[in-house]
Amino acid sequence: MSRFDYAEPTTLDEAASLLRHGGGRATVLAGGTDLLVQIRERVRAPAQVVNIKKILGIDQLEFDPELGLTIGALTTTRAVETSAVVRTRYAGLHSATVHFASIQVRNRATVVGNVCRASPSADTLPPLIADGATARIHGSGGVRIIAVADFCTGPGKTVLAADELVTHLHIPAPPPHTGKVYLKHGRRMEMELATVGVAVTLTLDGDVCSEIRIVLAAVAPTPLRALAAEAALRQRRVTPAAIAAAADAAMAEARPIGDVRGSADYRRQMVGVLTRRAIEQALEAAR
Amino acid sequence: MKQVICVTINREACELVVEPHRSLLDALRNEGGLTGTKKGCDVGECGSCTVILDGKPVCSCLVLAAEVEGAEIVTIEGIQPSADVLHPLQDNFMKCGAAQCGFCTPGIIVAAKALLDENPLPSADEIRFALAGNICRCTGYTKIIEAIELTARELNANAVAA
Repeated sequence: MSRFDYAEPTTLDEAASLLRHGGGRATVLAGGTDLLVQIRERVRAPAQVVNIKKILGIDQLEFDPELGLTIGALTTTRAVETSAVVRTRYAGLHSATVHFASIQVRNRATVVGNVCRASPSADTLPPLIADGATARIHGSGGVRIIAVADFCTGPGKTVLAADELVTHLHIPAPPPHTGKVYLKHGRRMEMELATVGVAVTLTLDGDVCSEIRIVLAAVAPTPLRALAAEAALRQRRVTPAAIAAAADAAMAEARPIGDVRGSADYRRQMVGVLTRRAIEQALEAAR
Repeated sequence: MKQVICVTINREACELVVEPHRSLLDALRNEGGLTGTKKGCDVGECGSCTVILDGKPVCSCLVLAAEVEGAEIVTIEGIQPSADVLHPLQDNFMKCGAAQCGFCTPGIIVAAKALLDENPLPSADEIRFALAGNICRCTGYTKIIEAIELTARELNANAVAA
């Protein structure tokens, strides 16, 4: 591994100050399961690694029926995976953390880190966006909050300035009769990156879909909200024909590339199949 | 610049003198002389470097030595109850023929130990799920799962008897 300086700030302001002085050559270390691989494979060569694990108050996993779920920057993927409240109220996010690398990796990796890595195939981003999550960002200039949907700007690229870090994710409490699903499609179940991922969060009012968000993974430079697919169902009765129309719309909205995990055509076909399945399963869960 | 890291490794307090870019894996093998922990892929995909860090299995290649100040680490060398007594997992891996070339074995035994500490009587599916991050290119996993199931049954029978 290439050499770097190492710092362990104990406050967020100290971390932001280190990052500001680093001017883009300093990087945050939380779980390290992506960062250390990138350094070893010479994808990145930071001059300074800023380990934020000594900062207090950023390791929550708390649910409040009014405020929803708070996930701190140091909360591990394994902690989220094994949380009963996440399993029952945030089923999409739960699925995304279960089939995520290995237990050894999940014991170190953080959900916030998965968000900040901004991979097009990131598993936790689609359910977070489908659930309307926001990110709390701390920088030298203070705190700002932005929707996770607006966080990624390209593969590996985010809205974060050099001196900023995400301290928490907030996910609203689900309204009654809400179903959540994340389906990950890969060549195998475990230790796999998504070839295609589809997250659906759907709320029913009687047999009418009052609200729905559909988010696709690994078929665009960033997680992609399938807005036309959502429009095919929002404020409508969820019939097999409406579901098929939504699946077709999602296929048309996807912008996949071909790579070692699948061709562009295959990915587009699977967007159709998985969108239909995810809506059907979310509908079942919402009832 | 090298720094001194105070840790507990296999129930013994010790100091590792390392540069900040060194992994825990390299520190254990090179500074600690504990070469039972293997370096396979060095990017968190094979599991052969698995150690138990503060009670949880992790890939030691994905941890900086500098991060573990004050932590408690158990490696394959610390699995044995005493110098001349093997852990039941080690015994049963031999009994069941669960090792061939042996390179993945330390990581798998450590991962299995962590599983049994948390879930004393796992199903075969739970064992497979827990070992998803440990790659073995020789055995086909069947005998590994048998050895872990056998160990779980023995440990539970002993716990009931006691």
